Amino acid sequence: MHSDSDRQKLFSRRAAMLAGGKFALLSALVGRMYYLQVIESARYATLAEENRINLRLLAPPRGRIVDRFGVPMAVNQQNYRVVLISEAAHDVDETLQLLGTIIPIGDGEKRRILREIRRRRGFVPVTVRENLNWEEVARIEVNMPDLPGVMIDVGQSRHYPHREDTAHVLGYVAAVSEAEIGGDPLLELPGFRIGKAGIEKVYDLALRGTGGSSQVEVNALGRVIREIRRREGQPGAEVTLTIDLELQKMVVRRLAGKSASVVVMDVHTGDVLAMASTPSFDPNAFNKGLSAEEWRGLVSNPMAPLTNKAIRGQYAPGSTFKIVVALAALAKGAITPETTFFCPGFLKLGNATFHCWKRGGHGTVDLAKGITQSCDVYFYETARRIGIDRIAAMARRFGFGRRLGLDLPGEQPGLVPTSDWKLATMDVPWQKGETLITGIGQGYLLATPLQLAVMTARLVNGGFAVTPHLTRNMAAADGTTPRPRPASLGVAAAHLKTVREATTAVVNSLRGTAYKARITEAGFEMGGKTGTVQVRRITKAERDAGVRKNEDRPWKDRDHAVFVGYAPVHAPKYAVAVLVEHGGGGSKVAAPIARDVLLEAQRRDAARPEAGPLFTRIPGPGAPAGRG
Amino acid sequence: MTANALNRPVYTLRQKLWQIHWLFVLLLVAVAGIGFAMLYSAAGPAAGEGSLDPWASRQMVRFAAGVVIMVAVALTNIRLWLRYSYVIYLVTLVLLAAVEFGGTAGMGAQRWINLGFANLQPSELMKIALVLALARYFHGGSADDVRRPLFVVPPLLMVAAPSALVLRQPDLGTALMLIIAGGAIFFAAGVRMWKFALVGAAAIGSVPVAWQFLHEYQRTRVLSFLDPESDPLGAGYHIIQSKIALGSGGMFGRGFMQGSQSHLNFLPEKQTDFIFTLLAEEWGLVGGLTLLGLYVLLLVYCFAISLRSRNHFGRLVGMGVTTTFFLYVFINIAMVMGLIPVVGVPLPLISYGGTAMLTLLFGFGLLLGVYVHRDMVIGRLGAEEDL
Repeated sequence: MHSDSDRQKLFSRRAAMLAGGKFALLSALVGRMYYLQVIESARYATLAEENRINLRLLAPPRGRIVDRFGVPMAVNQQNYRVVLISEAAHDVDETLQLLGTIIPIGDGEKRRILREIRRRRGFVPVTVRENLNWEEVARIEVNMPDLPGVMIDVGQSRHYPHREDTAHVLGYVAAVSEAEIGGDPLLELPGFRIGKAGIEKVYDLALRGTGGSSQVEVNALGRVIREIRRREGQPGAEVTLTIDLELQKMVVRRLAGKSASVVVMDVHTGDVLAMASTPSFDPNAFNKGLSAEEWRGLVSNPMAPLTNKAIRGQYAPGSTFKIVVALAALAKGAITPETTFFCPGFLKLGNATFHCWKRGGHGTVDLAKGITQSCDVYFYETARRIGIDRIAAMARRFGFGRRLGLDLPGEQPGLVPTSDWKLATMDVPWQKGETLITGIGQGYLLATPLQLAVMTARLVNGGFAVTPHLTRNMAAADGTTPRPRPASLGVAAAHLKTVREATTAVVNSLRGTAYKARITEAGFEMGGKTGTVQVRRITKAERDAGVRKNEDRPWKDRDHAVFVGYAPVHAPKYAVAVLVEHGGGGSKVAAPIARDVLLEAQRRDAARPEAGPLFTRIPGPGAPAGRG
Repeated sequence: MTANALNRPVYTLRQKLWQIHWLFVLLLVAVAGIGFAMLYSAAGPAAGEGSLDPWASRQMVRFAAGVVIMVAVALTNIRLWLRYSYVIYLVTLVLLAAVEFGGTAGMGAQRWINLGFANLQPSELMKIALVLALARYFHGGSADDVRRPLFVVPPLLMVAAPSALVLRQPDLGTALMLIIAGGAIFFAAGVRMWKFALVGAAAIGSVPVAWQFLHEYQRTRVLSFLDPESDPLGAGYHIIQSKIALGSGGMFGRGFMQGSQSHLNFLPEKQTDFIFTLLAEEWGLVGGLTLLGLYVLLLVYCFAISLRSRNHFGRLVGMGVTTTFFLYVFINIAMVMGLIPVVGVPLPLISYGGTAMLTLLFGFGLLLGVYVHRDMVIGRLGAEEDL
């Protein structure tokens, strides 16, 4: 068939062309295959690994914080929480319903859970509730067969077993804020906590440790298939404090109901054995997250429970400052221990009259009597003789007017006024009268309870510039190897002895202002100095209305009660500063607290490993070591 | 189609069986075997593990059934196919229209008919029916006829009608295959080059119009093909992950059942459209080229069979089947390697799924039939002749 042979020839030609075309296209495929699998192979192999391998951070356990004897103060607690894996649950609603009959789940909680389940992939556990107690865990475990997809998970959370008692020293941890992220990738871990206050904040880096990592193989959905490599992190370091937990708790108990602060320190080493500020707060609440209401309650409380008054409260030191004024005057030679002034109950300077606290006057007063009976006129006159700048210089030597470098955040410097300072800040020259009231620790003068304790320590430790600190083992971690021996203040030993003996008499002589608060146990006797700080003058109107006594006035207007003390008097080891806000008189309110605290500190001394038995340590002259 | 109906039996059944191109069948089995291995690997729950369930075992059953059908088709007298080609085409077209428009008539969105062991999609069947119909049309035209422009209009409509229906589904891949396979038959039949140029120009001219008719997801597929990195977790995900899997396979692959991309599910559709990627990841360039070599060998035989036929119908059917087969191979592999946009075209004889397997084996059955009946001379009006 002619036409068919034509068609066949045409077909063959066209078929060859088609074949050629197809061959060309298949060659392109081969070329592409070569490009991908040989030329670009290394790049894609890397991409495949990146696909497959996921680096996960492992949070290290946070270091513990223990007291000087190793008693834990901040620990990591196993936190049992119940989680729900939605893909394992047959019916999420039903499971939650059933779970709700075992442990309470609020409606809001339920909405949050369902929202999280919707947002996450089915195999990601969603936390239903945290901080389960044992009973709840047990109840859930028992019902596990009826709760598909429900699991008990163990996490770690920070716990402060002594709650309010140690809150101001330890601070607390809380979730990382947006602004704090950066640097350490650990901070980006969900649920990670960092120190926000106190020791937790200062030593956060050391306590935190370094994160480990786990390389896991994941599939395209992010589900972990297996772990390939694991690098364990470095657990956080343990921080040992100088605090004696038992003493601390005793101090807090003693201050119950008061807005007050107490600092107890070792006069030689600077170890802070107790530091309390009341009222306090429960730091565990910050870890869990405070409700707005709880937060408002803390912030609006006039007794400022969140403020560590020991280092952030700045008060006029009152008569306790007379120690500094006396030493300044002795150093200047303006007075000797024998110098006497006459106290008629007031002192006139120009038109102004400066009253002594004792209306009737003390009569003839020498230095010992001035301190023992806290004669204001004696110190008006002494201050007038030496001037404000000499007082200020001595105050600075005793630690006033500057931060002492305690390892806690937020320490306040206090204020030591000088004539230059007043001119610079107020543009008004210093007035003589201001020197007088500074002489009795009032006026512009401001000090923290910590500074008062340090002043006392420096007075009784032989005049060494001891500085306070809260940790025993962290010096090395900071890079500042063993603390240097404190330098001498350069105050004559005779002067120190004079003033010290006077302060011993404050408590132990019949006429002393704190005689009623003396320690009667032989060998434990304390010395000290009372102070009563006027917050507001009793006005003429009030006086006329019969308001005389502190107790008659509103709490906010009452005087602060102050006492600084040390013990034992024959070989001082402990210094204490007590400040009770609006508490009244230092002798009546503050001194008895100091007595109880110092007695307890000395009694506990025998328990200290580095100390020998009490009776060899404190050989009371003529007394067989009391109750040792 | 009983033996009595054949008043001029050319061969006995036994003779015909001998005439089947068994080497070709052997090649098909080899390719299918590779497919089973890949499906075994793809079903593995973890690296280093494989599983017959759920894919490999079912695929084997389907392939066996398909081979039986293929042989049956091959043994059928080619004149029968010639005679009933228009009928087959029309029935298929009606089925296609029925499943297309039947969606509102209570058939749901189901676009296939359940045959028990496999689902038959009319659109797949059309790939064969169109080849048959076009082959018959051009078989009936002389070389002079083919030159007349008007002669080309009816077959153009034959291509256009099913293509339009399939595009509506929307199934870009199948529509493309119908048009290109149809075009190949036009070309092989001798339609003038300038007509192709004209159609080509018209096609390019209509791209902006066609763009308007594309579904949103089809547009994103095209766009993500042009720039896959623009949306790595969205539309570009398939292409990027596929390229990573291919590339990381390297020269010799990561080893059977060791592909991390596939076994960790980074690779989408690894048992169907992207199975070539799985093969290339685990067996590397060597494995990919081996499979491609087998395909090329099959294509060479396809061409040889088409050229050898002494009837024009057989030649054109052969060329149509060859082109359809080629398109499956090319579109799928080009797609997984990121050369063309992702269109749902499976890898012939390898990808999991009964429909394409059945279509292909039916087509190969026709091709083998062309070989069996290679020496049968059929006149231009052969369709009307007695069998």
